[in-house]
Amino acid sequence: MNSQFPINQNFTKESLKKQFRLSEFLAEKIISSVAFLSITIIVLIFVFVFKESLPIFNFGKSDAAKTEITTDSKPESYGSTPTEELKPETYGAEPAAKGELKPETYGSEPVTQEDLKPETYGDVKAEPTVESTSNETPEAVSENKEGADKTWSTFFTTEWVPVSEHPRFGLIALLVGTLKVTIIAMLIAGPLAILAALYTSCFASKRTKEIIKPIIEMLAAFPSVVIGFFALMVLATFFQDIFGYDSRLNAFIGGVAMALAAIPIIYTISEDALSAVPKTYTEASLALGASKWQTAFFVTLPAATPGIFAALLLGIGRVFGETMIALMATGNAALLSANPFESVRTFAATIGAEMAETVFGETHYSVLFFIGSLLFIFSFALNAVAEFYVKGKLIKKFQGK
Amino acid sequence: MKNIKIEVKDLSLYYGEKKALKEISLEIPRNKVTALIGPSGCGKSTFLRCINRMNDLIPDVKITGQMLVEGIDIYDKNVDVVNIRKKIGMVFQKSNPFPKSIYENIAYGPKINGIKDKNELDEIVETSLRQAAIWDEVKDRLGDSAMGLSGGQQQRLCIARTLAVSPDIILMDEPASALDPISTSKIEELVHELKEQYTIIIVTHNMQQAARTSDYTAFFYLGELIEIGKTNAIFTKPEQKQTEDYITGRFG
Repeated sequence: MNSQFPINQNFTKESLKKQFRLSEFLAEKIISSVAFLSITIIVLIFVFVFKESLPIFNFGKSDAAKTEITTDSKPESYGSTPTEELKPETYGAEPAAKGELKPETYGSEPVTQEDLKPETYGDVKAEPTVESTSNETPEAVSENKEGADKTWSTFFTTEWVPVSEHPRFGLIALLVGTLKVTIIAMLIAGPLAILAALYTSCFASKRTKEIIKPIIEMLAAFPSVVIGFFALMVLATFFQDIFGYDSRLNAFIGGVAMALAAIPIIYTISEDALSAVPKTYTEASLALGASKWQTAFFVTLPAATPGIFAALLLGIGRVFGETMIALMATGNAALLSANPFESVRTFAATIGAEMAETVFGETHYSVLFFIGSLLFIFSFALNAVAEFYVKGKLIKKFQGK
Repeated sequence: MKNIKIEVKDLSLYYGEKKALKEISLEIPRNKVTALIGPSGCGKSTFLRCINRMNDLIPDVKITGQMLVEGIDIYDKNVDVVNIRKKIGMVFQKSNPFPKSIYENIAYGPKINGIKDKNELDEIVETSLRQAAIWDEVKDRLGDSAMGLSGGQQQRLCIARTLAVSPDIILMDEPASALDPISTSKIEELVHELKEQYTIIIVTHNMQQAARTSDYTAFFYLGELIEIGKTNAIFTKPEQKQTEDYITGRFG
């Protein structure tokens, strides 16, 4: 019988010896290193962003304070109002402003030693400066603390006035603005996208599904600047005609526009999740005398909860970090109000709008990076809480322990 | 005629062009167990799914002929398919509990029928589980996911779920095919008890199972009904040669 198969290998220790498969080994290593590389990159991005914002923390106490001190000693450099106001705009045009700006524009080189350096190099060189200052005068120390506290404490105020005699970095208004836009966007996008997904996966005929799905997914291919432009030109006017509010660009318009951006993401993922629900569940439900709607809502939807949840999270992530639409459609005024028809300013839009205008190493610059870290931390925390807490609860509720 | 629950007249079913059931005519008696046997692909499951119109879900299915349940043609235009399925329950080959808690699995049917009262639901859940002989095993963990039960328990849970909507007829599509002998015998006992109250139609590949559990047996072959009669008669002296060959294991 065995003569049919030419068997060369005998069942010996030799033939069973462990082999080294080079290509497999390499492939495995490459794949795993790529995976770890991507994780590392994400971590590094965060580390970089966070590092840039460090000067406003403990290490940066001296820097912030330094600024304050210099403000007292040299009015030109920071304090005087006209210089201050002009600073960001005129920074490029040196010949235009001579008298007042001179110390500043040229100051960057000679002054750096005392003024900018500690900020630029943040944590590293800041330490000795602190020591020297504290050694010199005890007053300086107290002032230092006061200065650092000032930057810090302004975080919890409502005013975002980064460029002024007394810069105030009130993050509350920005936070509320971001949350407002996110909530509005998710209130619109969530139900729309999930219901659309439910329709295509449970009710639509195969042909309808083949038409609808690619069209909604195509929405994801729209560049956000186009959606922003559409919101700016069309949606804003349209909704103002309906609701008759004062500020044309506001949180609501921003939310609607961002919903457009989030819908395809939520739709696609929840549709996949709904389609992946085994047919046997549907059959069992129908065999019990449930109608199509009852089956869809009480069986298919709960069974797809984890997937839909992930879809919503991704949608929130998209809206949270969306910059261009926020810049174009929300009005960019850091107002604190509960009214959805007031202009708002989001975290992402603040970074997008102001980063190009800040001075490298300045407090404002650091604060913007701090906002960047905040965005990162928020999304991370949201995902973590959702993943470990809410999801488990939801699953328990819908699917038993 | 009084004891006839289902009367099928010249029922044919087409999957597109293919004729899967060929002019089936038979009568199914009330409060008895009727077994449908036959080789794979002979149309017995298809026929079973015709009885509660589950074939409606499959596109391109065409059905001709009449399916009279209590004298009413369930394929009549004015008949609501949802109401039919409430009266004609079905247990599937593969146990398919919902990914919900055990309690919710049973309460689902009554709930969609509009029963909201908690006490009433509790009662239905308990009686259904008792009827399906699984109450003692699960009574302490009604809140747990049904997916954590064993295969045999899941299948009995599915039977309990079907009972909870108080149907007249229970269709079983190879309910024990994926189960071990102990679970199978439990299901068979269950079938035996349930026939007091329900008309049961059971599809099975297992000849002994058909012989053990059923009162009547119908033999299908290639989409045709070859023979139907009392189980004893079919298994001891079948009238058709094909039936005899199949039962004795000469083909199929």
